[in-house]
Amino acid sequence: MSTRLPTQGRLINRDRDVAFTFNGTRLTGHDGDTLASALLANGQTLMGRSFKYHRPRGVVASGSEEPNALVNLGEGDTLEPNQRATTTEIFHGLKATSQNHWPSLDYDIGAVNTLLARFLPAGFYYKMFIHPRPFWKYVYEPFIRKSAGLGKAPAAEARDPDRYEHFYAFTDVLVIGGGVAGLQAALSAAQSGAKVLLLEQTPHWGGRTPVDGGTIDGKDAETWIAETVAALDAMPNVTLRSRTVGAGVYDHGYVLGYERLTDHAPEDRGPRHRLWRIRAAQVITATGAIERPLSFAGNDIPGVMLAAAMRDYVVNYAINPGDRTVIVTNNDDAYRTAIALHEAGLKVPAILDARPNGGGALMEEAKALGLTVKTGAAIAKVKGHKAVHSVLVTQQDSDGSETTEIFCDAVAMSGGWSPVVHLWSHCGGKLTWDATQAAFRPDHDKAPTSHDGQPFVIPAGSADGEMNLSAILQNAAKAGQTAATRTGADKSSDAAPTAEAPDEAPLAPVWMMPANAPLKLRAKAWLDYQNDVKVSDVQLAAQEGFESVEHTKRYTTLGMATDQGKLSNINGLATLANALGEDIPQVGTTTFRPPYTPISMGAIAGEARGDIFQPIRKTPMHDWHDANGAHWEPVGHWRRPYAFPRKGESVKDAVNREVLATRNSLGLLDASTLGKIIVKGPDAGRFLDMLYTNMMSTLKPGNCRYGLMCTENGFLADDGVVARIDEDTFLCHTTTGGADRIHAHMEEWLQTEWWDWKVWTVNATEQFAQVAVVGPNARNLLEKLGGMDVSKDALGFMEWKDGDLAGVPARVYRISFSGELSYEIAVPANLGRAFWDKLLEAGKEWDITPYGTEALHIMRAEKGFIMIGDETDGTVIPQDLGLDWAISKKKDDYIGKRAQARSHMTDPDRWKLVGLETLDGSVLKDGAYAIAGGTNANGQTNTEGRVTSTYYSPTLQKGIAMGLVLNGPDRMGEVITFTDGGDDTKTARIVSPVFYDPDGEKQNV
Amino acid sequence: MLLLTCPYCGVDAEETELHAGGEAHLKRFGPGASDEDFTAYLFHRENPKGVHFERWRHANGCGKWFHAARCTNTLEVFGTYKAQTTEPPKDLLDTIRAKRPGFRWRDLA
Amino acid sequence: MSDVHLALGGASFDGLVKITELPGQGMVTLRGDLADKTIVQAVQHAFGVALPGVRETAFDGENGALWMSPDEALLLCPYAEAEDRVSALTGHLQGAHALAVNVSDARSVFELKGRMLREVIAKLAPVDMSPDAFGPGMVRRTRMAQVAAAFWMDDASTARVVCFRSVAGYMFDILSNAAEEASAVNYFVR
Repeated sequence: MSTRLPTQGRLINRDRDVAFTFNGTRLTGHDGDTLASALLANGQTLMGRSFKYHRPRGVVASGSEEPNALVNLGEGDTLEPNQRATTTEIFHGLKATSQNHWPSLDYDIGAVNTLLARFLPAGFYYKMFIHPRPFWKYVYEPFIRKSAGLGKAPAAEARDPDRYEHFYAFTDVLVIGGGVAGLQAALSAAQSGAKVLLLEQTPHWGGRTPVDGGTIDGKDAETWIAETVAALDAMPNVTLRSRTVGAGVYDHGYVLGYERLTDHAPEDRGPRHRLWRIRAAQVITATGAIERPLSFAGNDIPGVMLAAAMRDYVVNYAINPGDRTVIVTNNDDAYRTAIALHEAGLKVPAILDARPNGGGALMEEAKALGLTVKTGAAIAKVKGHKAVHSVLVTQQDSDGSETTEIFCDAVAMSGGWSPVVHLWSHCGGKLTWDATQAAFRPDHDKAPTSHDGQPFVIPAGSADGEMNLSAILQNAAKAGQTAATRTGADKSSDAAPTAEAPDEAPLAPVWMMPANAPLKLRAKAWLDYQNDVKVSDVQLAAQEGFESVEHTKRYTTLGMATDQGKLSNINGLATLANALGEDIPQVGTTTFRPPYTPISMGAIAGEARGDIFQPIRKTPMHDWHDANGAHWEPVGHWRRPYAFPRKGESVKDAVNREVLATRNSLGLLDASTLGKIIVKGPDAGRFLDMLYTNMMSTLKPGNCRYGLMCTENGFLADDGVVARIDEDTFLCHTTTGGADRIHAHMEEWLQTEWWDWKVWTVNATEQFAQVAVVGPNARNLLEKLGGMDVSKDALGFMEWKDGDLAGVPARVYRISFSGELSYEIAVPANLGRAFWDKLLEAGKEWDITPYGTEALHIMRAEKGFIMIGDETDGTVIPQDLGLDWAISKKKDDYIGKRAQARSHMTDPDRWKLVGLETLDGSVLKDGAYAIAGGTNANGQTNTEGRVTSTYYSPTLQKGIAMGLVLNGPDRMGEVITFTDGGDDTKTARIVSPVFYDPDGEKQNV
Repeated sequence: MLLLTCPYCGVDAEETELHAGGEAHLKRFGPGASDEDFTAYLFHRENPKGVHFERWRHANGCGKWFHAARCTNTLEVFGTYKAQTTEPPKDLLDTIRAKRPGFRWRDLA
Repeated sequence: MSDVHLALGGASFDGLVKITELPGQGMVTLRGDLADKTIVQAVQHAFGVALPGVRETAFDGENGALWMSPDEALLLCPYAEAEDRVSALTGHLQGAHALAVNVSDARSVFELKGRMLREVIAKLAPVDMSPDAFGPGMVRRTRMAQVAAAFWMDDASTARVVCFRSVAGYMFDILSNAAEEASAVNYFVR
């Protein structure tokens, strides 16, 4: 039973109560508490259940390395699973629920797994769920799915109400970690003249030094920290950011910072999280070190805690973790916990030091306080279930069979410290094994390198393996100065402050306690708490041949939990190395990957959600479409009206109405999205001859020509009408989706291949609103508007003219994609809407009908015109589509010409374009395959064609389609069979793709 | 995320401003070229672990194509240069030779 | 010009900065070798400004020129004059190899006013917005969130952002979102 101490608690404000709930129970903490400390203060030591065995678990750590105390936070729209109680600051109204149990945290049915533990060893899933195969889908998968996943996913209909954003920051020196090392490194770098950004993941500066003690420059650590933070804050070249974790270090000095702005104060307005996208010339990783657990049986029972974490709870939050705490250690640091507990008036029945000769100055201090120290001692086993009952003490150098029992309600363990090398390693920094400290530390000779090939990451303080306060500050000052110098800063910085802290005796590596523990103890000694990986599991993996650490990780799931092995990594490696009979450095480490701690999906998305999830491109007439019931179709980022259904009308009926109205009288299409690229220069004709399969240089000013563009692979890439403006100038229309792509394609060839050709291009797509006026009454309408002569003689088919319509400056192209008499009119974009309104008003007498993309598609299909993206898919050449007439025979070269001569391209058996008419008049399925006899080598039905476009034609009152068919053009009249997506088939006759007005009489009037 | 200096506008552009364009210094083969030459032009690409010459476009920027000499292993950028050339500049090659003695890339060494 | 039909009808937002869709801005894209004497003189004659250096701007009253690339400049003038300026410029070019196009309607221009404009831009563009890296007299083409954009600063508390007309709504929304009152980063200004 943990409680609040009457003294201590440097981070909490006892005058301010904060009410929150845990599993529905109303509890009270203090301002400054983490959820973990507040729960402990309320006697709630049981905080969760482990993933595999559903073992009862309490908090083991005090920071982001915590593997056990994961909770669901919030509810409804703000529910978030797997939040660490140790890094969650409490606020009034916080709601937390524990995870991974049913029906309750105290009584969990799933805990039966722990009784079955001997049947659920490493690799259990791989071994168990193999046979029989029919069980995969209906027995094993549902079982695995049910047991998979940690925490509770938000409901499908939940919508995150919070805001997120990105921020791009550039700095000379980025310091990650605001402990004393980070502060000193930042200070030295800033004094040297560099621009410095300092990130700290917690709300507090100074790291754990205020808890650990020591003096800096003759002051107590806390005073030095406050003064240094104030000094940094006053420097114009320094930015300090707390509650911001350095999440990942990437190529060329790119670093992601994850700032949590309102998690602790949800009533605040503003973004919840901010993702800092930082570019730093130099990065200092002052990320500290993490204490390792010791592997003894029962090391996961609630009440067993890391020694330093326990000290944090006592000093920072005034938590009484237990009235009687046994300390077990292989190093000196844990003595600080013993002393802290003693000073807080709590009992420490024994300090078990695994080292035969014990420790140094701190041990002497503990002894002087009257504490009992047993050297060469170990825990054989912790007794208890949901709480610690006692420990069985044995000799470290034994098999644990001879024990004495010490009654206690808490255990503080320390297996030594591992530098946090994650951020050093993210971008390729290598590690070296430090046998003295039994830890990996950064290898300074193999630092991550940046774009200039020079090192850009410098570790500082305990992250660099320094564990003595004085050495930490020296090391950090040097890191700061070095980083600044590398960025060109040339001032000198002050010398590192002097510090005083007790000298510590070396640790003794202890990977199993006791050293010769039998299986029954090893099978209760946890390495990875969250994933329930034990010493025996890693040993089993080694025995089964998983020699690579990366394989062992995946086989046992060691280090794969949400803490990413922060606690388990080294202990697991050491266990594996011992099992393989190798040295730890030979076994190596698994790869450290960002992010260091989980970051929210919202932060990654930033502003990109809701209405600004992605850009929506709008034409000048967009608002009219919107107000007139447009059923939208996304085309790239554009929104185009698919059809304009009237009240009570189905979309399908609207499409049919729009087609008939256009064919019979007058239709109107917003064609503004079509690309319009201006190409000018003495070599413009020559350039377009290379770009298009057609001959464009012979086009006369005032005329238009339909053209095809291919890639160098020979495949059709885009099509459109080219208008020659004058001798030197062309205007190239592209498809809606093609404008940017084709402009880039042009620039690529001009810049990288024919840079001596005199050609300039400008993408003028959005300068113009473009409207297609289509139908037998199109000319009547324009003549009514007045301003220019659009008669057959003045403006023939495939001609264009500049002029003025209804007072609006206009360029009129007489081109047709529908087969009707048709004009495409370009006007300045800002006049587009006004011009559209004028057309609608003047066209009333002909029942003018705006139509959408579907009517456009149907009308072009009725005419047998191809559509890029329907008839083409990146594997189709113009010759497949019967477009040989648009391929110049006179030209020596064009992009794609050589490719079209390759043997596969000239194969007479390529599928070619034909029209298709179902025998019953129904509509073929889009993409349906034509079935040929027999099966191929893989037992699949042979095919001989596929549908590329298929519609109901209201004009012809039957289904029409186009498709690519084997030898199609030679098989006119033949009936072939298509699948209907399912088991049904449809028969269709091969016909000409031109279904409507084959002689073009309607468009040429 | 890479940072490349655009030789036209001088901006140190991050990858989100850039568009990658594959191998640099391809010689175009058109009509009349042998199947072998054309296939090599269209499909065969260097894939070195080490020095590589690539095309990039400052797409969200000045719009210019440029070349970059880069180590695919360490991501060190030896230099960037304008695209209107059929081979890397001599001083850049000297730099690379000094930093990566014995490097080979196509017929460059 | 008040009768210019803007993409957003002159929308505005007041937050960390004041964001306003500016009324019609005459804009002419010039493609040509910006070092070519004939071209430099033609711009001087038609727009009254000297072509600026790399990533620089040049202004004289309502006339201006922005460096876009070694062979592209964006020339500014009153909206109503753009067509005439294109004609004048083309005339002065006297056959030099160049292309001038009126793009006034193809783009939208937003003004950002306020001391926090640097950080509003820095939330959207991968650009170092610190005063020692960017300031008045410079222009930057880049992306803002997911669209292409260019911006420049007229003075310490005024910036203009140009984007394509079709994404004016998106640009206005992302700028307004970035300028939400409670979202100050306080990075450039403390």
